[in-house]
Amino acid sequence: MKLRDTPLLLIVALVVLLAIGLILPQWALSFVSVALYLGIVVLGMALMMRTGLVSFGQGLYYCLGAYAAGTLDHFFKLSDLLLMVVAGALVAGVVAVILGFLLSKYRDIFFAMLSLAFSMILYGLLVKSSELGSTDGFGLSVKTFAGIAISASAVRYTIYAFSAVLATLFAIGMHRYFNSHLGRLAGAIRDNELRVEYMGASVRRVIHLNYVISAVLAGVGGALMAGAIGHVDPETTANWTTSGEFVFIAILAGTGSVAAPFLGAGIFEAVRTFALQYFPNTWQMTLGITMLLVIMFLPGGLWSVFGLRRRST
Amino acid sequence: MGQLPAVIVDGVLYASWMFVIAVGLTLIYGVMKILNVAHGSLYALGAYTASTAAGYWLSHGHAPMGSYVVLLLAALVVGLIAGPLIERGLLRFMYGRDEIVLVLVTYALFLILEDFTKLLFGVDPILVAEPYGLLGNLQMGRLIYPVYSFVLVAAAILVGVALALVLNRTRQGKILRAVIHDREMSTAVGINVSRVYLVTFTIGAMLAALGGALTAPTTSVQPGIGAEVIVLAFAIVVVGGLGSLGGAAVGALLVGLVRSAAVHYQPEVELFSVYVVMALVLIIRPKGLFAAPEVRKI
Repeated sequence: MKLRDTPLLLIVALVVLLAIGLILPQWALSFVSVALYLGIVVLGMALMMRTGLVSFGQGLYYCLGAYAAGTLDHFFKLSDLLLMVVAGALVAGVVAVILGFLLSKYRDIFFAMLSLAFSMILYGLLVKSSELGSTDGFGLSVKTFAGIAISASAVRYTIYAFSAVLATLFAIGMHRYFNSHLGRLAGAIRDNELRVEYMGASVRRVIHLNYVISAVLAGVGGALMAGAIGHVDPETTANWTTSGEFVFIAILAGTGSVAAPFLGAGIFEAVRTFALQYFPNTWQMTLGITMLLVIMFLPGGLWSVFGLRRRST
Repeated sequence: MGQLPAVIVDGVLYASWMFVIAVGLTLIYGVMKILNVAHGSLYALGAYTASTAAGYWLSHGHAPMGSYVVLLLAALVVGLIAGPLIERGLLRFMYGRDEIVLVLVTYALFLILEDFTKLLFGVDPILVAEPYGLLGNLQMGRLIYPVYSFVLVAAAILVGVALALVLNRTRQGKILRAVIHDREMSTAVGINVSRVYLVTFTIGAMLAALGGALTAPTTSVQPGIGAEVIVLAFAIVVVGGLGSLGGAAVGALLVGLVRSAAVHYQPEVELFSVYVVMALVLIIRPKGLFAAPEVRKI
């Protein structure tokens, strides 16, 4: 697979997904939807990791996106999927622009800790706000898409299809971004910031931009999740364990390709579903051991397996 | 303002509880540069082992006072087994890698230990409250506190003073400071760095387990306590400055007082206030209140 073919392959994948979605059973639609919206969030994480920064608080934007979508339906009776996703992206983007001024100064563990602190602030707020359902959160439902009413039986497919379209768009966009001048600065910053500054680029601005992009993706992912699950709560969105899951998927998948996050999210969800069903008390252990093995033997993530094979042929 | 004494006493109690846990975390980071997420699991393991052992002790009709010894022994045993096992079995293969990779390694370990704890002790909450009430209550003006709470304060002070003395007054402490200062140079002058790491991590693990064991009688021990405690401990060590002993004490006091003030005056912001303090300190002093200035290496 050559690099320039990736967008084409992604579009083929989209067409296939849209077509088989029509015949897939409901549980399979839900499963792929989860892989798609988690993948969108992790795509943003991958961008930050390319810049050399690991956020332990991406749940902040995931949560903002989810609650933005939920609030639209719950308080304003606007049950439009498109509107929810736009709202999620906007809220996450605006907050990220503001926090980005601060966070773009931080590196390594301090970046991880400050982003963790921000997401825990939101978590702390939500668990105590009774208007938003405290720890229980609240339910929501999707009834229209861009103003067009969807029948109850088609809701799941609509969310699935919209997630697939968005995932493809974001993946292609990210692929182009990775290969642009600005996008290539990410790797350079990770390798040596000082040299990037000497070359005349502003490290802080690049980090800030990448941070906002990753936050918007997390917001979109959160809004899609809210629509798909039909429920939002603080524990599964803003708490640090959720952010940890995103980090986990990103490490598992690797940052080598824009398709990797979706593959990683799919594998993660499959393992979780399978493990929760058959050995509910050891599924975290399974995840932990997998993560250790990946860190030790595949530092580039699962995606690097493809790279190894290609090099050997 | 009538609540002020209660706010201060509660704050100090909360601070001393968190200090025992946070100081182990900061010690491990200071020496090994590992921000140990699995510290939360060691705390949970300590709490589970202690409450199970104390429950066993009491249900067999032994002297109730002996349960305190059982609590301490449980923490000691957990630290002595888990510490070396984790350091020798996993962490030593990871030295020299990025700090952030080490966070991820310990996060993976955290996930593994969470389930290990569930497998070992089951998922039902365990409550062994006898040691909590055994020492009676202490009246302070209008306020009544169980004496056990002050045992916690004493334990925290003891741990802090002992660590400070060892670090600053003994040969072992000097060696430890040398390793913190420059690992390679320490190896060059003949210090057995890998043994220093092993001992440090084991002591850190014991402190986490001790934190758990001392908490066990005051609350019901259940799955998830490790995840809750570790972010609070992060907040404290980050506020104080990673790797600083005094910083952990000040961080614990600050977080403890803020939290107890929140509980008394504005209960809705309890959890939120802790992280606001963490974020504010990081914003004003990015490396925490007491972090030593670092020379930039290109």
